[in-house]
Amino acid sequence: MTELHTTPLHQLHLDLNAKMMAFAGYDMPINYPLGVMKEHLQTREKAGLFDVSHMGQIIFSGAPVEDIALFLESLIPVNIAGLKPGRQRYGFFTNEKGGILDDLMLANRGDDIFMIVNAACKVQDIAHLKEHKPDHITMDVIEDRALLALQGPESEAVMARLIPQTQDMKFMDSRVFSYNGFEIWISRSGYTGEDGFEISVPGNEAIDFAQTLLSHDEVEMIGLGARDSLRLEAGLCLYGHDLDASTTPIEGALQWGIQKIRRKEGAREGGFLGADIILAQLDAGVEKIRVGLKPEGRAPMREGVKLFADETSAEPIGNITSGGFGPTISAPVAMGYVGTEYSAMGTQLFGDVRGKRLPVTITELPFVPANFKR
Amino acid sequence: MKYTEDHEWLKVEGDTVIVGITDYAASQLGDVVFVELPEAGTTVEKDDEVVVIESVKAASEIVAPINGEIVAINEALADAPGSVNDDPQGAAWFFTMKPSNMSDIDGFMDEAAYKAFIA
Repeated sequence: MTELHTTPLHQLHLDLNAKMMAFAGYDMPINYPLGVMKEHLQTREKAGLFDVSHMGQIIFSGAPVEDIALFLESLIPVNIAGLKPGRQRYGFFTNEKGGILDDLMLANRGDDIFMIVNAACKVQDIAHLKEHKPDHITMDVIEDRALLALQGPESEAVMARLIPQTQDMKFMDSRVFSYNGFEIWISRSGYTGEDGFEISVPGNEAIDFAQTLLSHDEVEMIGLGARDSLRLEAGLCLYGHDLDASTTPIEGALQWGIQKIRRKEGAREGGFLGADIILAQLDAGVEKIRVGLKPEGRAPMREGVKLFADETSAEPIGNITSGGFGPTISAPVAMGYVGTEYSAMGTQLFGDVRGKRLPVTITELPFVPANFKR
Repeated sequence: MKYTEDHEWLKVEGDTVIVGITDYAASQLGDVVFVELPEAGTTVEKDDEVVVIESVKAASEIVAPINGEIVAINEALADAPGSVNDDPQGAAWFFTMKPSNMSDIDGFMDEAAYKAFIA
């Protein structure tokens, strides 16, 4: 086995007695002594601090932002050229078959474009970008900065004590500030469904910065276990589970991420990998689609559980791609793919859990309403 | 009380044995959110999977420590799975079983040996 990477916050995790595990090639905290359940509720009720430094941070520069945006639009079916300075947007790389190679965040920072990609995909994302990138655009993979997320209703008050101007940021704003002599990159976004910030700081400042945040009573350190249950309750996809290279954005119920301008008859229609397939699916529909699923009993239905139309039929009509227990609603929650004819809200299906067919209902996502500062 | 290497405790009561998991096992599992118990009357063999414990993180199986028959299950766990974290060696017992041979439990660890085992 190859040696695991560590983040700039690794020693802090060990000092805080985190339970560590391998994730995407990194030795990461799954939970702290508080435990997944309490860490989850802490984030919903107050504020949680996450180390997400394993994610890829990439900056595109060397050309006017409009040029960079148009290059990225050839790989991402999103309106990037229309993204105003200081604004961030969700997107995804597609392949020739219309499948999703990774999902990501993009920010127009005025002079450059800042992208955050998934840890497990970053090596292939970078190779994919290099393969298509024109020479006059510079791509810097940032290796010397940590990425933290401060999430939860008290995040705004805590951040404002450090950097008062962050109070004026709205959901999906992205800003660069000077703080304690270093540059800090902050966006008002996250992966929990709560208000909060994603914060890039120099790696050698990361532990001090994290400890400063943790010195505020409202803040606790939160591991990847609660990060997963929080994002699942928020209805957010985990790449490699809910999305993959054989699933299109339309099947993934992410058509909201493809703005009109990139669709048929839009000013910059298509022009990305797999556009013919994806744009045709927008008109004609799809055979399977991602849905929210609420098991009716207390037994969680986890990834891989097969879904059936009734208690006896032999052929599955879908499967669960993420599932577990939602601490906020104190009940099991899941998402997965079903044949489109079974996707109407309220449809009852059955999940095969250890040989038993247990009822599960197609449900609106998210399970917990988003709490963003619009 | 006797202890198995699978972190179960066994307590003899008359001709039956009460089975649960240890404090150590419960703390390793994390927050328990669901427990699936066998049906009373089921005949089981040693190492059969008889209980499924779902924590926030993952599902784990508990095996029958010995051959025998399940005679009672702790119905209260259905509504209060979290008691497995709060009182695993008391209120959150899983089931009682009637061993095929009571002497089968003789080989299990006593408390001192179990403490050394998890140390």
